[in-house]
Amino acid sequence: MLLEVKHVSKSYEQFRALDDVSISVGEREIVAIIGPNGAGKTTLVNVVTGLLGPSAGQVLFKGRDIAGAGPVALAKLGMARAFQLVQVFPALTVRETLSVASISRLGRRRMFSRLLVDAEIDKAGEEIASIFKLAGRLDAKASELSQGEKKLLDVASAFALNPEVILLDEPTSGVSTSDKYAVMEVLLTAAKLKGIKSIILVEHDMELVSRYSTRIVALQEGRVLADLPPRKFFANSDLVSLVAGRLPRSQGPGRNNAVH
Amino acid sequence: MNDASVTSVLRRPSPKARLVDQALFMPLAILALLGALAALPHFSSPYTIILLNSVFAYSIALLGLNILFGYSGLLSFGHALFIALGAYIAAVFTSKLGIKYLEVILLAAIVAGALVGLSIGALCVRYTKIFFGMMTLAFGMTFHSFLFKFYNITGGDQGIRVARPLLLGQDLGGGKTGFLTGPFYYYGLVLLAILAIAAWRIVRSPLGLHLRAVRENKEKAAYLGVEVYRVRLIAFVISAIYCSIAGVLIGVTVGLADPELGYWTQSGNLVFMTVLGGSGAFAGPPLGALVFVFLQDFLMASTQYWRFVLGALLVLLVIFLPRGLIGLVENIASRLRRQRHVA
Repeated sequence: MLLEVKHVSKSYEQFRALDDVSISVGEREIVAIIGPNGAGKTTLVNVVTGLLGPSAGQVLFKGRDIAGAGPVALAKLGMARAFQLVQVFPALTVRETLSVASISRLGRRRMFSRLLVDAEIDKAGEEIASIFKLAGRLDAKASELSQGEKKLLDVASAFALNPEVILLDEPTSGVSTSDKYAVMEVLLTAAKLKGIKSIILVEHDMELVSRYSTRIVALQEGRVLADLPPRKFFANSDLVSLVAGRLPRSQGPGRNNAVH
Repeated sequence: MNDASVTSVLRRPSPKARLVDQALFMPLAILALLGALAALPHFSSPYTIILLNSVFAYSIALLGLNILFGYSGLLSFGHALFIALGAYIAAVFTSKLGIKYLEVILLAAIVAGALVGLSIGALCVRYTKIFFGMMTLAFGMTFHSFLFKFYNITGGDQGIRVARPLLLGQDLGGGKTGFLTGPFYYYGLVLLAILAIAAWRIVRSPLGLHLRAVRENKEKAAYLGVEVYRVRLIAFVISAIYCSIAGVLIGVTVGLADPELGYWTQSGNLVFMTVLGGSGAFAGPPLGALVFVFLQDFLMASTQYWRFVLGALLVLLVIFLPRGLIGLVENIASRLRRQRHVA
């Protein structure tokens, strides 16, 4: 198992945001975490990415306890995260943004060496940019990009860490309905090319979930309500209406494409 | 094709030639500037040259400070502390310990600046924005009180005299003015050039990029593996070292280390110079130091209300030139370039 969440609870004073949650994520999986607002998705993501320590339980990544380890340690271990709201460095160019991640990955934290002449960092940035269709925008500042390009840059910079596991929080939020499949295809292509072992997808959109995930974890009121493959999940209409409110339009077998 | 269009085609440089043009422009401009500054003592009055000694010192301080402010986004109101630290080290070494080698004094200032910067920075860089500013201000005021009250060690409000140091082990004779307008002027110029190259390398390095990433969005930076606290602390220590070195030069130029050097208004002046020159560009702060030193000197000679004029200037600056004088220079340069393209 790459990632194991074992009996995790998280309380904020009176409120129990997570209640004895156990999930495991193995290689070649795309695990969708779904649930209504307030079900505990964000808290779970924050605990999994080591931003929050759990009140009880353990989070193991590659067998190591990462509870409260923080984002930097996680990036080193091989887990990356992209946020729901677009996060970029407005004054940095696309090339510079991707270099930030490459510097961390390659451990080039030097003070005097010239970044401009580091061909390896430059090449890594150009490769990622071309996967994410940003090759023509390498020298544009993030603030000059369109909303869609910003989203791609945000995710691309997380991929530039060459993580083993990537956690995507609604990667298509803010992207038009017609573009969301294109964005997902880019993400999955990138994951294949960069050898990412598994993806955790926090998603509202049932169409995307049914089409792309290999497993669905449904949360409700801080508990795991279901942990099923999409076919079984969507076969249970009571469960679907309870968690998602409605069935996806393109209900059916789905594509179920694993990462590798 | 008429004659005019033929000549315009001929005159237009190829894209490659223009690239070489641009790549060579900056080094040539810098060499020309250094040459002009080196030749200046032959043409200029000693008074101007002594003012330039201060400009060199403040330029060094601001180059370091801008790694913290311009590149990391942390605005300090306490860095006069490090200037005073450097000046008092120069005073104690030359007047009390009898060690007059400037290189030894500079080394001591670098070590002291790094140690004090590390301990104060370790506490301050946990905070940002106004909280960081207040923390640095508090440390600056504490140090000022120490200089002021501990008469036995620091000479209280009298301060300590800074005797003339030996440059590269040489006592070059001559009077005080001869020293400041001759050997010491060139010493300061060379030191500025070396430290400017070092600062340039730092802002262009992986560390420099991580600093800018933290300035722009520290949460995102952390998720990309940037050690936010560590890089901020490094920036703080670099700025402390630069300011301590500047303090030594200021102490030697003035001939005295007194508590006034560490007063918080001096920290404010450092910020003023940075804003005046423009924190967004590498060359902005040194330009700010140059204009500030000469402007303050001119205003102090012209009117007793010079503080009022400087204050009004700061207000106008923030309103009309938010990118500082360097922003103005860039605007004019890009306008000229456009005109040349049209013509």
